[in-house]
Amino acid sequence: MLLVIDWAMILEKFVLITVVVMASLGIAMYTTFAERKVAAILQDRRGPNRAGPFGLLQPLADGLKLFFKEEIIPNFSSKSLFILGPGLAMLTAIMTSAVIPWGDKVHFFNRDISLQIADINIGILYVFGVVSLGVYGIMIGSWASNNKFSLLGGLRAASQIISYELAMGISLIALLMVTGTLSLKEMVLQQQQGGWGGLLSWNVLKQPLGFFIFIICSFAECNRTPFDLPEAENELIGGYHTEYSSMKLGFYLFAEYINMFISSVIMATLFFGGYDMPFVNEANLSPNIAALVGIIALMAKVVFFIFVFMWVRWTIPRFRYDQLMHLGWRILIPLALFNMLVTGGLILYFNK
Amino acid sequence: MQALTNRVKVVERKPMSLWERLYIPAILKGMAITFSHIFKKKPTINYPEKKRPFSPVFRGLQILNRDEEGRENCTACGLCAVACPAEAITMEAAERAPGEEHLYREEKYAAKYEINMLRCIFCGLCEEACPKDAIYLSETFTPADYQRKQFIYNKTDLLIPHPQEDPEAYKKALGNRAKNQTVN
Repeated sequence: MLLVIDWAMILEKFVLITVVVMASLGIAMYTTFAERKVAAILQDRRGPNRAGPFGLLQPLADGLKLFFKEEIIPNFSSKSLFILGPGLAMLTAIMTSAVIPWGDKVHFFNRDISLQIADINIGILYVFGVVSLGVYGIMIGSWASNNKFSLLGGLRAASQIISYELAMGISLIALLMVTGTLSLKEMVLQQQQGGWGGLLSWNVLKQPLGFFIFIICSFAECNRTPFDLPEAENELIGGYHTEYSSMKLGFYLFAEYINMFISSVIMATLFFGGYDMPFVNEANLSPNIAALVGIIALMAKVVFFIFVFMWVRWTIPRFRYDQLMHLGWRILIPLALFNMLVTGGLILYFNK
Repeated sequence: MQALTNRVKVVERKPMSLWERLYIPAILKGMAITFSHIFKKKPTINYPEKKRPFSPVFRGLQILNRDEEGRENCTACGLCAVACPAEAITMEAAERAPGEEHLYREEKYAAKYEINMLRCIFCGLCEEACPKDAIYLSETFTPADYQRKQFIYNKTDLLIPHPQEDPEAYKKALGNRAKNQTVN
């Protein structure tokens, strides 16, 4: 038999996918809460503290509110596309999590279960492909709304994401030249071994400029302040989701937070050692403990990056549109190209 | 031009230096400022759990006073209604019948006494106008409600609890605002 179906493997992946999707949804939910709390604390306010202890049930209340709101599909909209938009945004946001190594592997039922849904050898390219699809959710939704403000927001989102994807890609090329692999798992393994508890081999030390460009571009890709022009409230009402209500609006907002979570995970994986806990030798621990330590390390890094996202949002005002384009095309892309050339030159020099 | 005061600040309009044009230092400085706000004391008070003390001259909800035997002070003279700039007070007078001496202090009393709390501006002129110390402003404020009707406070809402039947509630409602009870 050439094609033996490994049912245990299918079940294992199914469980893993369910857990990962549910976890990203839950984390995105609590990111909305964290956003409001961080905003409040940075502005000397208290933030939501009425629903449950410390306001911890606030995201549930928000979600319920969105579900119970009236679902409005405008008469003048293109109905099927109007519904497709938020669905696509949500789908692409979640799909990215498939190639991320959440930990090394766990040992259950006499099986080694890898904590990565798919270890494909072009991992990072897959992430890029899916992230680029994310703009379709916004564009389709905004166009189907048949509202000029929505359309303007969608156009802004599209041009912004495409512009910043270039710089992001070029900054990644430099990183790929250093690591020599596209697989995310491989990159984490490389970053685990190195001096000073593995800390010295983190890619952020090899590619500081690349990381800097990458983080700016991921702010832009997630439509976060200072790059939140697609939903600039004071110019475009609500931007691309002006016409949306109820849970369809919730999907758009949710997709933004999932994107934020995923890009934090990717930054942690690419530049900060992924699930590598510094000063801990994972090989000495039993595999399940090591996996737990790895997940905790990854989540700690992710929480830090999410905090940075919010910290920047509540510090820097929004760019003007021409400033945005100027920064993207005339500063970040040349800088990324320069970084790539320098990295290539150094690799050639040291490998001589 | 000569400056009139020494508070003038001249705005510099020279082109930015390279360091300034990098923007990154300025952004990091801004982020340090917002980060420092995490450790600042928050001025907000968690309201229903914690209440801010009122100032000693705070003018709150009106209270119709009784003397220490529990008789109503109000004689329905109407001076408060005349003094009221918002015309929030209405009343109807009635004559005290024999056998009601334990209820009303003087021969005339207010059969109906209403204050519209939506009109009231809590200026305290009624308290000043009253010759019998029958009305004074307390330290509480009007609670919120869902119906306008509920904001027309009648005698049952306004009267202070009976000092002999319910001395504790009387003490609480009296606060330290009412003037000396024994003054005629």
